Amino acid sequence: MSVMADGDRAFLDSIIEVADEVAGPHADSVDRDARFPAEALDALRAERALSATIPAELGGGGISFSAVARGCFELGRRCGSTAMVFAMHHIQVATIARHAAGSQWLESYLASVAADQRLVASVTTELGTGGDMGRSIAALQPGEDGVTASFEKQAPVISYGAQADDLFVTLRRSPDAEQNDQVIAVAQRGQFALEQTGTWDPLGMRGTCSPGFVVRAQIAPEQTLATPFPQIMAESMVPITHILWSHLWLGIATDAFDRARAFVRAAAKGSSDGAPPPVAIRLSHLLAELSLLRAEVASGLAEFVEASEEPSRERLLTMTSTLRFNNLKIAASEQAPRVCQGAMGVCGIMGFKNDSPYSVGRHLRDTMSASLMIANERIHQTNASLLLIAKDV
Amino acid sequence: MTDDIRQLIKEFGRLPVDVDTLATDADLYQAGMSSHASVNLMLAIEDHFDVEFPDRMLTRGVFESIDAIAAALTELGVQVPA
Ligand SMILES: Cc1cc2nc3c(=O)[nH]c(=O)nc-3n(C[C@H](O)[C@H](O)[C@H](O)COP(=O)(O)OP(=O)(O)OC[C@H]3O[C@@H](n4cnc5c(N)ncnc54)[C@H](O)[C@@H]3O)c2cc1C
Repeated sequence: MSVMADGDRAFLDSIIEVADEVAGPHADSVDRDARFPAEALDALRAERALSATIPAELGGGGISFSAVARGCFELGRRCGSTAMVFAMHHIQVATIARHAAGSQWLESYLASVAADQRLVASVTTELGTGGDMGRSIAALQPGEDGVTASFEKQAPVISYGAQADDLFVTLRRSPDAEQNDQVIAVAQRGQFALEQTGTWDPLGMRGTCSPGFVVRAQIAPEQTLATPFPQIMAESMVPITHILWSHLWLGIATDAFDRARAFVRAAAKGSSDGAPPPVAIRLSHLLAELSLLRAEVASGLAEFVEASEEPSRERLLTMTSTLRFNNLKIAASEQAPRVCQGAMGVCGIMGFKNDSPYSVGRHLRDTMSASLMIANERIHQTNASLLLIAKDV
Repeated sequence: MTDDIRQLIKEFGRLPVDVDTLATDADLYQAGMSSHASVNLMLAIEDHFDVEFPDRMLTRGVFESIDAIAAALTELGVQVPA
């Protein structure tokens, strides 16, 4: 691994401290009560971590994308929900930051995210299109006065919608646009109203607090990203989403592995003949599974960083690149729960019990959300189509 | 060449609009071409002109309009018949 810049190192140290001192100690109550990890988010705000991906010229941390991804991993080791909130916020903010150039509104918006440590939620999933990010039903409606625009979107899942300051929303460009002619709009608190339409009592990722809402908003027309939507998706949003998610899933799986290792060590201490206990062999098998996940996540990040450093970022627009980052999501979302289940196999009943130090139930439940956050079958269908024409994959 | 491309778009682009009236620089995606239809169109173009688009050319932009497709084919050495 390359030597980290000082700013990145300090950022990461602060994230590790929040993870260990705040997110970890509250993880069980956040999970049990399906409540927002408010303590951890307050601590992250105090470290100014919500603006890490914003350039320093706009008052942000100017932290490298790699360090932010690593931060998702570290938070994931202590509290999956905190890590998911942190990751989703940065998916939105990093995407805006990569496409803000030339828009005075977006640049001053990013400056306000940094100054006030605003939390940004995502409103992509929609009733009627589900997890198909490439289609929208709700449309941006220009106001008759020419200075406002409005929309209403039926959103079946918005994580931390009730806690968010601002919303990042996918919409049809106009009322007469096709479903695949989309824009991204940013709505700030005070410009939108949320009507909650459901409850949130899920299997895992309980602290993300993600019920359904109807979103009604009135914004200014310049509160949209000018870059064509498909380009934003390919160049930024999809790879960034898949990289940050997979880092936190790796974090959760790593903690499950660590708990299994601690269990085996405790068992070994109790044995008299000095030979590794039989369960140690299972731990070794589990390490092999974890290594596969680590390798996939690390290479996905490295390829994205390399392609992003090219001035035109053109490589990210190719189908080969789409396939690459889709596969990262599919592989990591399937491998992370596999590692957690393996850890439960090692720890046995001590892993199954919620109140044991070797408990991995939360880890297993949290990572089971991975394959449905943008359903893997949906991604496979896209890939299947691209594979008909892409060559050197 | 643009006539052939237009014909292939008619067959494979599954556009909700009349392809004959599309300007050669009109955005096909904005005209309603889905990603899946665009892949079918690319396959049909490779087949018809007997070319293979290298991976670096397999981006959305290259298939955005009739003009863009024609430019890509010219880059690959497809001759415009006299
Ligand atoms: C913890 C968590 C937090 C979330 N937070 C947010 C959020 O903040 N904002 C937001 O917008 N969304 C959020 N989501 C929504 C999420 O990202 C998905 O978009 C949503 O769960 C998809 O809905 P669905 O499961 O009904 O899948 P759909 O995509 O509607 O698909 C329904 C079913 O059909 C199957 N299917 C779909 N397409 C195909 C296909 N082509 N071939 C075969 N089978 C197919 C799927 O596998 C699935 O079983 C969150 C989800 C979770 C779990």
